This record gives sequence, C-alpha cells and structure tokens, in this order.
Amino acid sequence: MPSLAETVKEPEQLTDFGPPEYWPFLPPIVQRNYGKWKYHEILKPGVMVHVSESGEKVYTVRCGGTRETSTTTTRLLADLADKYAGGYLRFTSRNSIEFLLDNEENIEPLIKDLTDEGFPVGGMAGSVGNMIHTQGWLHCHTSAGDANGVTKAVMDELHKYYVSDELPAKLRVAFACCINMCGSVGASDVALIALHRRPPKVQYDKIRSVCEIPGTVAACPVDAISPKPYNGKPSVAVNEERCVYCGNCYSVCPAMPIADPLNDGLSLWVGGKISNARVKPRLASLAVPWMPNEPPRWPTAVKAVMTVVEAWRKGAKRGERVIEWIDRIGWPNFFKVTGFEFTKYHIDDYRLGETTMNYSNYVRL
Amino acid sequence: MSNETAKKGKKWETPLLDQLKEGPWPSFVRELERCATTSPRTEDLLGQLEQSYKDNVNHWKHGGMAGVTGYGTGITARFSAMPEKFPGCKEYHTVRIGQTQGYFYTSEVLRKLADICDKYAGGLFDFHASSGDIQTLGTRTDELDPMFAELRKIHFDLGGGGSGVRTPSACIGPARCEWAMFDTLRACQDFVEHYQDELHRPMFNYKWKTKFSGCPNDCDCSGVRSDLSFVGVWKDNIRIDQDAVKKYAEKMNIWEDVIYKCPTKCMSYDEKNGMVIDDSNCVKCMHCINMMPKALRPGVVRGAQIRFGGKVTMTVGARLGFVLVPFYDIEKDKKEGYPFLTELLDRIWEFWDENGASRERVGELIQRIGIGNFLEEIGLDPIPEMIAFPRQNPFIDFEEYYEEEGEEEEQEE
Repeated sequence: MPSLAETVKEPEQLTDFGPPEYWPFLPPIVQRNYGKWKYHEILKPGVMVHVSESGEKVYTVRCGGTRETSTTTTRLLADLADKYAGGYLRFTSRNSIEFLLDNEENIEPLIKDLTDEGFPVGGMAGSVGNMIHTQGWLHCHTSAGDANGVTKAVMDELHKYYVSDELPAKLRVAFACCINMCGSVGASDVALIALHRRPPKVQYDKIRSVCEIPGTVAACPVDAISPKPYNGKPSVAVNEERCVYCGNCYSVCPAMPIADPLNDGLSLWVGGKISNARVKPRLASLAVPWMPNEPPRWPTAVKAVMTVVEAWRKGAKRGERVIEWIDRIGWPNFFKVTGFEFTKYHIDDYRLGETTMNYSNYVRL
Repeated sequence: MSNETAKKGKKWETPLLDQLKEGPWPSFVRELERCATTSPRTEDLLGQLEQSYKDNVNHWKHGGMAGVTGYGTGITARFSAMPEKFPGCKEYHTVRIGQTQGYFYTSEVLRKLADICDKYAGGLFDFHASSGDIQTLGTRTDELDPMFAELRKIHFDLGGGGSGVRTPSACIGPARCEWAMFDTLRACQDFVEHYQDELHRPMFNYKWKTKFSGCPNDCDCSGVRSDLSFVGVWKDNIRIDQDAVKKYAEKMNIWEDVIYKCPTKCMSYDEKNGMVIDDSNCVKCMHCINMMPKALRPGVVRGAQIRFGGKVTMTVGARLGFVLVPFYDIEKDKKEGYPFLTELLDRIWEFWDENGASRERVGELIQRIGIGNFLEEIGLDPIPEMIAFPRQNPFIDFEEYYEEEGEEEEQEE
C-alpha cells in the first residue's frame, strides 16, 4: 500500500482543489487491469471474481453496512483491509462495503471475520441490495419519519435475502424521509416514502420577519398559497382543499411548519426500475398511500414491504424484477395477491396524471 | 461527565432505540453508541433521537447558516430545536467531503479521516451520502475552519450543496467492470475538477446533479438520480464467442432466459448457426450480455449517451431523464479538453439562468416551456431518438403560416 504522503499531498491552492486523485487509491491489481476486465462470475452470495484479459483474477467480497458509520467501525474496516486486501477497500453506492482480494485464499477468513463482527456478506445477483436511505429524524428538519430506524427494521426482515441468492432477480429497496427524496428513491423496486397529510400551519407572528412572502407563495406547486394580510401585517393563507402536503413552502419558509406527529406517516411504492435490461427504466407506483409512523420498529410498514417481497418471490418467474412481474400479472392481480386496498388515491390526479389510465380493453378477467 | 452519566453508564436512557439493536442487520444504534462513548455531543444526539421516537417528530430547527471561509457550500447547518435539553446538538453540522471516484480508499486515509471526524465532529460518518459525498456529522460552527484545514492537508475538499453543481458520482467503471463503455472515474474526476466554482459557490436556480454510469445497467442510477446523466453505450456489434454460447446452452435455456426477453427480438439461437444477433435493431439493453458474460461482450466503438432532466418530486413532480444525445464520443471530446460538453453546458445553464424560476430544476423548466423550445435554445436538433412516440394531440404551435401572394397589401388597403 502506498503511504499517505504518496496518495494525498497537500494541495497548492487554498480552496477548490477538488477531491484527491483516485488512482493511488486503487488496489495494484486494479491498476494493472484497469479497463482490461474480460468477464465476471458470481461464485456464491457476496463473492464474485473478475477475470482480466491478462488472466489475473480479482475476488470481491461484499458486505452490508450502516450508512451511519462510527469512527470505531471505520477503523475496524481499515484493519480488515490491511489484513486481507493489501490495505484497500471501497464502498458501493448502496452503503455496502467491498474488499477486493488478489488472493483467493483470503476469501473465507475474511468472510469469517466479517460475520463475527456482524456484517452480513451478500447483496449480489438474486439478492436484495443494501437499502439506501436519507437522514430522517436523526439529522433533518424536514423529515416526516425516521430513516435509519425504518431501514434497520426492514433490513432485519430482508437480511435472509441479502445473504442468499434465492430471489427471482435483484431487489432494490429504499427509504426517503420526505418527498424531497434526497437520493431519489422513486425508481426502486420497493420504496417507502414518508409523507405529511395535514396542511402547514401559518405562524402569523413569525412569518413576516423570517419569510419572503412572494417566494413562499411561488413555492407551492398547486397554487394553494396566496398573500393575505393578518392583523394588517403581510402574511399568507393556505387553501386547505388544494394543499398536497408536499412541504415545499416549509422548505423556503420556516414559519409554515408541516410536521405533525399524528399525520406524518409512510407510503409504499413499487415497481421502479433504473437498469435498462429487458424493459425501460420506470418510476415506482403507489401501493399503500399512508401508514402510521410507529417507532421504534414500524411494524405496519415493515409488514407491507414484506407482503410485496413475498408475493413477488412466489409469483415471479426467474429473472423478473418487481415491475416485470406486475406487468405480467396486471395491477388488479397485484392488489389481489397483496391484499392492499385500491382507493381513489391510487388514481393519479396530478396534472398529466391521466396518462396513467388504461386506454385499452386489456383486462385479465 | 454528569453524575447521572457516571451512575448509569450513559447519559440518556433509550428504551425505544434499544429495540433497534436487536435483529440480524447491523444496527445504526450500535454505531451511535460507539460514537457516544467518546463524543458527548453524539451522546446528546442519541438522546434527541430517542425524544423524536417518543414524539413522532424531528427536533431540528429550520435554517441557520454555517460555512467554511471561502466556500459557499459544503456545510449543511443543523441546529437542535431543543438545545437546552440536548446541548451537544445545539450545533451539529454536516460536513460534505468530496469522495474519491469509485469510493476507493486506503486503510491509512480512512484512519486519518476518522481522526479528523473524532476531533472536529461527532465521530460519525455517512458512507456515503446520496450525491456521493462522505459526510461527517456533528461539527460546531467554530470548528469548521480548523476541520477544513486538516482535511486540506490530506487533499480532501468540500462537496457541493444548495443551488449549484452537486458532487458528481460514478459507477466503479473500468476499475473492476468489463462493461465500462467509457472511463467513468476519469470523466467524473475531470468534471468535478472543471466545475469547482459552480460546485462551491452555488449560483443556479436550484440543484444540479451529475452521474456517470459505464453501461445501460446504470449501477450509479444516473437516469433518475441526476439532471445530467451519462450512460455508456457501444455503436457496433455485440462480440460473440460461439463456443462459450454452446457451454451456456448446456446449463441454461437460452430461448427462455435470454432471447424471449430481448426487447426488440433481434436475436436467435440454434446449434447450426449458433447465436445470431441483428445488431442494427439492438437497443443495448444489456440483458443478453448480463446473462452470458463469458459469451457475449459489448462492441468496441464506445461512448456515452446523455440523458437529461431527471429528478424526483420536489418541486413539481418526479421525472426520468430523456435522451438528449444518443451517442457522445466522450474519449474524443476528452482529448480535446471537452469542448462539446462544456459548450453544451454553457448554453444550458445560460438558458436555465434566463428562463428558470427560483427552485425550478432544469427538467421542470423544460416541462414548462416545452422540449422543442428548449432544444432550439441550446442549439440541438430534435431527433426521433429523443422520444418514445410523436405527439398524439393536434395542438401544434406553428411558428408561421402561409399567406396568399399580396394578402398583406390587401389588408393594409
């Protein structure tokens, strides 16, 4: 492993020098075979081999982590990288951790150490990937639910599908703590999105000093906010009939709080897809409009996620992502097999929402 | 350490969070507790989170400013709404640190980052945030400049935030993937180095996200998670190893698992002819290659597809990125210093600046004024690759109409 001085040097500029050059952080076997990989094979859950045109092989061991990582755990991972992977490791974009080994014999001892430390090994094809999520109550002022708690509760149930490869296809699950959706969970196979469902309350005493009225009015996507003086001072009025509880007004104006212990809850979305394989990428569709926030383990939401996962696992043909299974059996059957109630909220009534109707005689009777 | 802490071993009882230490998945509560053993402020973070679990609502204040001298972004200021009860969270800011491309690290640099995170933050990282940054949580305002000075020594710079270019990210690309159709790591590094000013001093209407994926499997989720998406594609024929195809045929049903699932039905297989692909009708979906990586490989004439305008809900609704440039010869552009890309972005940003509203993502602006108008403004020709199908309504906004010869004069008389 190169020394710290070799990988990173103090920049000449004071600011705006950008992230460190990545090349020194690549393991030597990766540097030697950069752009020369020929094919790969998944050897077992969480382990794959990439073979280079040079004949060299690199073995990847993947384990699930928590996005919130302590410095203690970070140092532990660094120790494992030193012990087995020449002092290198990487993270995936879904909060998993990967060790790239040039020595096949290190695979099993590394897996044993990871397992002993509580890291599940898996998350490749035929498995659920680690759940991506936002900050939630831990660290966000616009959150309508907690991200880490829901993720932990869901992943405890999905753990068995992370460490095995028995799912019909890959499964991507995600959580967002408000509809701003830092991290764009809206194209996941299964997504939970925290929502508000009660209009914001205008703080008349505060709004004039902390908010810009025209900007607050303009922030509303459905024109539900209008300027209206209160006791002779500039303020706004909210048309509660029109409000869709998005919280954008609160984002621009702190005097429009919308978080509400009774009314904030979770919605379930299914059938999103990002890869282009077989069928086009798609945004997820609504399955359950609202479930209560139930800390610490959100049993209703977890059960709803597992209902979809189990129905898909049982009903899908090999290789079918969630949306491919639903497209084959049809949405009416999806609601039948999951038992989720279909309501008027499932019919899109937002602007061009009518394009989601079935303009055909295609019905499975 | 207060008496209460000394007595009970910890400052706050957390019966609700304790229930999230059970179960087989790694527990974030254990991570927070590990931090709390040495960081009093993170001990208070645990206490405040437990309070949220009791109250069903977050306890963070809206707004407040904090930053590093010389930067307009990189810090997300967080102030507790209950600072009297949880003084450690009074200022508990996020520091976004630009990640290495591909998220590769050495153990030594991770330990150095951990030392900085212990000294100037709550001992708590996010590996990684949604845009791609490393985040540390728990820095106080007066610690931001000293912390940045330490980060600077190991050449880690601040990430993006606010209404500017956000930290771009890339899939693992050629570092460990046979399907990388361009060098995603190099392209991403070049991009972030070039747009440092746009990244660190936000001057747009709203955020701008950029992601690089090496092939249409889009492991970096660029098609939905970014306004500007690069996805690697090839132009020529899929390379076929017929012997390897035969070996796959022995262990899988090629028709069932591969050919029937081809979206354009451009392939066939039999023992006599082997695998035959009509590449002129291939849409590069990757399915057959995914299924038979030893037998089928992408072609060698490679580049990237640019999709544009993807975003999620806030403010006016979610949308996927649409095809803006079907084939972009990124290697050629790179050799010349990226003139095509930088000039295209100059035109798009000028258009967004002149026409966009505050907090209007560029995709929303396009939706509002029409894709045709947008293309005209940025100087790209409309091409059928951009659409799924042509318009289905007759409300065509013709820009001119025909007049009989001399018609105008007649009216004037």
